Amino acid sequence: MRSGMLRGMMLCVAVAFGMSSLMPVRGSAQAASPDSAFSIPKANLIQPAELNSALTAQGTKKPLVLQVGSHMLFTEAHIAGSEYAGAGSQEAGRKMLQERVSALPRSSSIVIYCGCCPWERCPNLGPAFKALHDMGFTNVKALYIAQNFGADWVDKGYAVERAH
Amino acid sequence: MRLSARTSRVHRMVRGVLAGVFLLGVCLVPCAAPTALAADSLIGRPAPVFSRTDLNGDKIDLGQLRGKVVLLNFWATWCAPCQIEMPVFAGWQQKYGGQGLQVVGVSMDDDEGPVRELVAKLKLGYPIAMGDVQLGEQYGGVLGLPLTYLIDRDGVVRARFQGETDAKTIETELKRMLDRQ
Repeated sequence: MRSGMLRGMMLCVAVAFGMSSLMPVRGSAQAASPDSAFSIPKANLIQPAELNSALTAQGTKKPLVLQVGSHMLFTEAHIAGSEYAGAGSQEAGRKMLQERVSALPRSSSIVIYCGCCPWERCPNLGPAFKALHDMGFTNVKALYIAQNFGADWVDKGYAVERAH
Repeated sequence: MRLSARTSRVHRMVRGVLAGVFLLGVCLVPCAAPTALAADSLIGRPAPVFSRTDLNGDKIDLGQLRGKVVLLNFWATWCAPCQIEMPVFAGWQQKYGGQGLQVVGVSMDDDEGPVRELVAKLKLGYPIAMGDVQLGEQYGGVLGLPLTYLIDRDGVVRARFQGETDAKTIETELKRMLDRQ
């Protein structure tokens, strides 16, 4: 292949990768509302595969995994071992979350997740993350679910507990 | 001569960019494909029948809707994309109702209060019932919203749209089903 053509292709790929790497930065680059999942710093996100590995690994201390979305969706299916902690978008839900974690050391490893809607539309994670942050928790991660819990966790074959 | 060599280099570079765009397109299109009409165990099978009382106290019986094309929409008040879709569905109920469309909404909210409030505000003109875990499971698990099924006049599930979907995509499929008598 001619060098000019090769250079052109490389340029194109580099631009595309450059653009794709900017996408996850949206949370920090935009002035995200505190209710948006984009308000959660990128460093505090955990990917589904990574969490699944952490939960299935032998002999390691597991994080406390809390679902902060719809109770009905939680009842249908949830991450194995996770607990329901109230919808982050509602005051009553945040109170439930605060009560669940109030006695824990502030360095506890906590993972919150929802998966009700696509990430950019989730109304629960941003407020739940903020509530924990305001309580002084320093080791909180939010599970990055791009589409929904079904597509990004259940369909991947990760550990699930179902209603029946 | 020198100019011609440079021009040729530029042409090769442009060709490279075009080839790169093409290759990226080939790679990205499958990744970006919508989940609409995704392979689903319910597609091509009889829609699970259910009977519910809607928010107005009227009975919704899916079995009684044979002969109509049913747009079954699972939604919730906390689901932003759902609230974009619902007025569109209300418009379709008006526009295509005479051709045999029946929109049915099932709320997956935990509580009825916010549902009543929103439905009163939206003035949808189609029935809304409260869903539950059992109904969700009948429809393959409602583990993300919005979720919409199209059910044909024979009561067979023909399409499933998970997540935010372009309304035109749903409408095209809907019209195709309405045209089949």
